[in-house]
Amino acid sequence: MQNKGRKQLEGILFPVLSIIVALVLGAVIMAVMGYNVSNAYLSLLKGAFGNKNSVGETLIQATPLIFTALSYAIALRCGLVNLGAEGQLYIGGICGAIVGAHLTGIPGPIHIILVLASGFLGGALWGLIVGILKVKFNASELITTIMLNYIALELVSYCVTNAPFKDMTPGAAPRMAAVADSVKLPIIMSQSRLHLGFLFALIGIVFYYIFMWRTTKGYEMRVIGQNPNAGRYSGMNIKTNGILSIFIAGGFAGLGGIINIIGVNYYLAEGFGGNYGFSGIAVALLGSCTPIGILISSILFGALNAGGIKMQLLAGVPSAAIYMIQGMIIIFAVSKELFLWFRKCAPKSKEKKEVKADG
Amino acid sequence: MADLITNFLTADIRTATPLLLAALGLVFSERAGIVNIGTEGIMLTGALMGCLGSYLTGSAMLGALLAVLSGGIMGLIFAYFTVTLRSNQIVVGTAFNIFATGFTVTVNRLALNGAKVKGFPVYQIPVLSKIPVIGKVFFRWSLPVYFAFLIVPVCWFVLQKTNIGLKIRAVGEHPKACDTVGINVFAIRYGTIIFSGLLAGLAGSFVSMGQLSAFTEGMVAGKGFMALAVCVFGNYYPTTVMGAALLFGAADALKYRLLTTSLAGQYQFLNMLPYAITIIALCAFAKKSNKPVCSGVPYRKE
Repeated sequence: MQNKGRKQLEGILFPVLSIIVALVLGAVIMAVMGYNVSNAYLSLLKGAFGNKNSVGETLIQATPLIFTALSYAIALRCGLVNLGAEGQLYIGGICGAIVGAHLTGIPGPIHIILVLASGFLGGALWGLIVGILKVKFNASELITTIMLNYIALELVSYCVTNAPFKDMTPGAAPRMAAVADSVKLPIIMSQSRLHLGFLFALIGIVFYYIFMWRTTKGYEMRVIGQNPNAGRYSGMNIKTNGILSIFIAGGFAGLGGIINIIGVNYYLAEGFGGNYGFSGIAVALLGSCTPIGILISSILFGALNAGGIKMQLLAGVPSAAIYMIQGMIIIFAVSKELFLWFRKCAPKSKEKKEVKADG
Repeated sequence: MADLITNFLTADIRTATPLLLAALGLVFSERAGIVNIGTEGIMLTGALMGCLGSYLTGSAMLGALLAVLSGGIMGLIFAYFTVTLRSNQIVVGTAFNIFATGFTVTVNRLALNGAKVKGFPVYQIPVLSKIPVIGKVFFRWSLPVYFAFLIVPVCWFVLQKTNIGLKIRAVGEHPKACDTVGINVFAIRYGTIIFSGLLAGLAGSFVSMGQLSAFTEGMVAGKGFMALAVCVFGNYYPTTVMGAALLFGAADALKYRLLTTSLAGQYQFLNMLPYAITIIALCAFAKKSNKPVCSGVPYRKE
């Protein structure tokens, strides 16, 4: 019991430590580059939590991150490394945007459901390609997912500049046609742009919990992810489970894409995916792929994204600088041993046991 | 016709060079059991550092030196986290890529802003470069190109015929056995990762200074990942890796060739070619792979 409590404490302590170390190192790098660090971080904080509107922006940013983090987590629980959330998000966005813009004459709620379904399906099918290539040809998902990201990116570029998908309004910037008014998600917090999609993301987290920890399929996936041989010997089908997990994972990323479109800009333009795919990986890892962990770290990363824009405006630091901090957070979050090194007072044998229990 | 062939082969070699450089480094670290998808980020940093060095000193070679050094340092950091601290290699690699995205954009806006710099000078080999077609294709290049192709046999020799090569290959297959007979697993892994970092840095500098001579944000655009695919497709041998790099380069050259035809309207689909070919190549060859048994597994000294 005491051990469990300690493990839980470490589950909070290590992520917090890695955030602090990353922020400090980020400050050092910015200072070396000659930026005013306190000004930068203050404007970041202001942009993330300064008023009701900025809190809304933080949660808007957190919404797609939750979906891409769930995407990574669902695949990882089954032992697959999904680096393709970026591409799945794009394809989900494209499919949803087509249904949202070109299908008309359907009552609002049903139209929304159709748009979400097509977003899910688009991302899921993009993920399915990875699963099939893995099972049929043993092609490493590390490379196929990333190559599919670039292919998806080119597809986005095609859809925003070519008929029949592009916005036909004369003089419109290169983007896809705007979705119908009936599918635009309502705002749920006054004085902000926060939309219903955030609630969908929360439902997604609940679904993740129920599916992974309360259903047989979820149990099978977790067993396979932890020990494929144990799964095989107890009669679980590794291939179908793997394909199903990457299918659902892709679907979640696709949902993140389409919800971000029907909640924020109402049209798909190039670059709408931000860096959500890869930041989602960071969110999942920082939250140890647990439902609560993903929720908390998605808000943190949402805050970094939203605050980064303010930081660029007020302190002149390019908003991309927050990717340095994000990168470092990931590295430290998965390098517990770094912090264990500094805890020299702990007896060596104890340390070893603990590491084994984690592995 | 001769012009067509010359142009095609020239484009092929130009694209293949950064892939080959990075993939040759990866052959060593992969053989030692390390999967470094951070190569993309190291190349991106190398591309920036090369331009920065060239911008500050006015010499492309000094720029390349800075790029190589930055690659080596990133390799060292990668090795520290993945070998000493035994952190997950895929995750650290991903983090490297995210970090490099932010770092390069920030430094570029601060110091370069896409300024045009001195690129690698072209050296024509006397006499040989005068031969029709062949001369233009093979003997009119900048130093990194000659270097990339000349070290292929050296890498092959070191990896397949020397004691150190044997150790590297053994460490990827069975690190524990190596440790038992007194091979320093950590040193081998550190060495190969740093070596692959150095080459990835050079590869990056060629991306930014090989032809365009300016840094643009995100310009590596997946070449680091492709180098990894080249390494897998070339079955972890330096010689076949060279063939794989040239094949990937050919896909890119084909893309540029088609861009001048009526297909150019749908150029996005042509841009997909190299990525699609990577996937197809991977699928075709993944099964009979020479992949080390302990690829991606950290070694824990008991």
